Amino acid sequence: MNEAKGHALSLRGLSKKYGEFVAVSDVSLEVGRGEFLTLLGPSGSGKTTILMAVAGFVAPSAGAILLDGRDITPLPPEKRDFGMVFQGYALFPHMTVAENVTFPLRVRGMSRAERDAKVRGALDLVQLGAFADRLPKQLSGGQQQRVALARALVFDPALLLLDEPLSALDKKLRAELQEELKALHQRVGRTFVNVTHDQEEALSLSDRIAILNHGRLVQAGAPGELYERPRTRFVADFLGKSNFLDGMVHGATASGFALEAGAVRVAVRLPDGAAAPPEGARTLLSLRPEKVALLAEDEGAENIAEGRILSFAYLGAGFSLRVATEHLGEIRAVLPAWKAPIAPAEGLPVRLGWAADAAVPVLEDAA
Amino acid sequence: MSAAGRPGVGWWLLILPAFLLLVAFYIAPIVQVLAISVTEPEPGFGNYERILTSSAVQRVIFTTLRICIITTALALLLGYAIAYAITLARPVARGWWILAVLVPLWISVLVRAFAWVTLLRRQGLVNNALIGAGLIEEPLPLVWNEFGIVVGMVHYMVPFAVLPMLASMREIDPRLLAAARGLGASRGEVFRRVFLPLSMPGVIASGVLVFIFSLGFYITPAILGGGKTLMVAEWISLQILDLIRWGLGTMMATMLVVAILVTLAIFSRVVDLRRIFGAGA
Repeated sequence: MNEAKGHALSLRGLSKKYGEFVAVSDVSLEVGRGEFLTLLGPSGSGKTTILMAVAGFVAPSAGAILLDGRDITPLPPEKRDFGMVFQGYALFPHMTVAENVTFPLRVRGMSRAERDAKVRGALDLVQLGAFADRLPKQLSGGQQQRVALARALVFDPALLLLDEPLSALDKKLRAELQEELKALHQRVGRTFVNVTHDQEEALSLSDRIAILNHGRLVQAGAPGELYERPRTRFVADFLGKSNFLDGMVHGATASGFALEAGAVRVAVRLPDGAAAPPEGARTLLSLRPEKVALLAEDEGAENIAEGRILSFAYLGAGFSLRVATEHLGEIRAVLPAWKAPIAPAEGLPVRLGWAADAAVPVLEDAA
Repeated sequence: MSAAGRPGVGWWLLILPAFLLLVAFYIAPIVQVLAISVTEPEPGFGNYERILTSSAVQRVIFTTLRICIITTALALLLGYAIAYAITLARPVARGWWILAVLVPLWISVLVRAFAWVTLLRRQGLVNNALIGAGLIEEPLPLVWNEFGIVVGMVHYMVPFAVLPMLASMREIDPRLLAAARGLGASRGEVFRRVFLPLSMPGVIASGVLVFIFSLGFYITPAILGGGKTLMVAEWISLQILDLIRWGLGTMMATMLVVAILVTLAIFSRVVDLRRIFGAGA
């Protein structure tokens, strides 16, 4: 990655109120040079408001936005020099592809020769050189998206902002463009800030993800870190799927504890450096469905729960099971079809097993 | 004949009343006008020859065209500014703006023409105010001339200019304007390079509408022109009602219809006329 080209962005205590409604509440976030950061959250979580504040379309009620340490909060959008890909792309319908891509150069008063070279370079970057003279409405959704990218990158912006860039595309095209977008980020080496509600997109594209809910930053970190060690119930639930086990902490040691839930105890091993919750405290565990195995008759595991299959779904690559257990409530398990020791059927008694380090303690979200 | 072969006739019978109505009250009179123009006072194209030979006829045509072009240009300019303000206004303010544009439409054109006379005549409000303020010594000739006609016509036409342009402006995706600013364009450039070109269909639609309306305008020019500045409609009325020269009057009426059809034909190539007049949106 070309680190020298990217710029660093930081948000300090950013808030936005619309009358009584708090859209964004005290969000502080650092985006490193050349980093691909995704703001992830459900609709109404404030992620788009944050992006619009960075772009300069929304004036924050409090807090500051800094680019490489320089306060840019009062600058109007046209003075910020950020590339932006809008939801629905916002291509100018009365201009050809080339004219759309030239637009940012033209308003900067660049000479014609310089403009032409840059536009050609940008269109080649997104493999649309042959479409320069088409109108946007003559292009497919994926091509329009690439024009929007070329237009946002052609003037060497300090930052590229993406507002739900892939949401208008069908699933297959979306996967393709995800890869392209990632490759593009590697090639141009700029700082990208992306907004999405699609957790898969966030996981596959980002260097770092910031998860938002009700206008607050819940957790930020690398995708793997967030997925494996969610801080709160919301993060565990929003990023992937999760089972939640509720109980009391019992027998806490440096390396782990047991969760007492009804008549059973669930062994929990903590990673190095993680502090165990206090003895006797009520705690919630997040257990990913794919970490739950269906045990063969004589097979053992650190944690075992017996139950009956409530329902199952065949997903091609695997099975998704809902199992009613006696003490731990309903547990979901996802297992590869080739690894299932038995053929699932409704009402079938089964034993579920998982390792002690599979479940992680999470906090209940503040209301 | 089988049932399958007959529905054609049945369907035609259903639209027959509407067709007869059109023929009886619309097409027949126009054809008659056309017929009179080539038969009175004697058969032939003598009346049409007057376009080329009579300076009085030519003067009426040129006066009409000049007033219509000036009116259209001014109505478009004012209308564009109003439509732009409405487009950018907040929803509540937008409602009031639209009301303010529509209310004049509901007041009789006759009342409005006389209101302008009261304002613009020699001892009218405008002249008295200007003399009172010491800006002029003698009253300005503001009415019973082309100036008065243009004022009255522009006032009448502005709502017709606003509405198609407003419709066209409201179709512009506000994200395009935000995108343009995000890409580095100042407010002025956003307007010039994005908003203005995208609102052009509305401007053309409004222009056609206002121009065609203006061509056949009667009451306002008749009252505010004071009989001194003649436009086509008043001239036709004069020929037929006062001078009983049916041939000349119908010739000019035919020319008016032709002018309107030619204008429509030219602009139907540029814009979708069905959208201007509200059909099949």
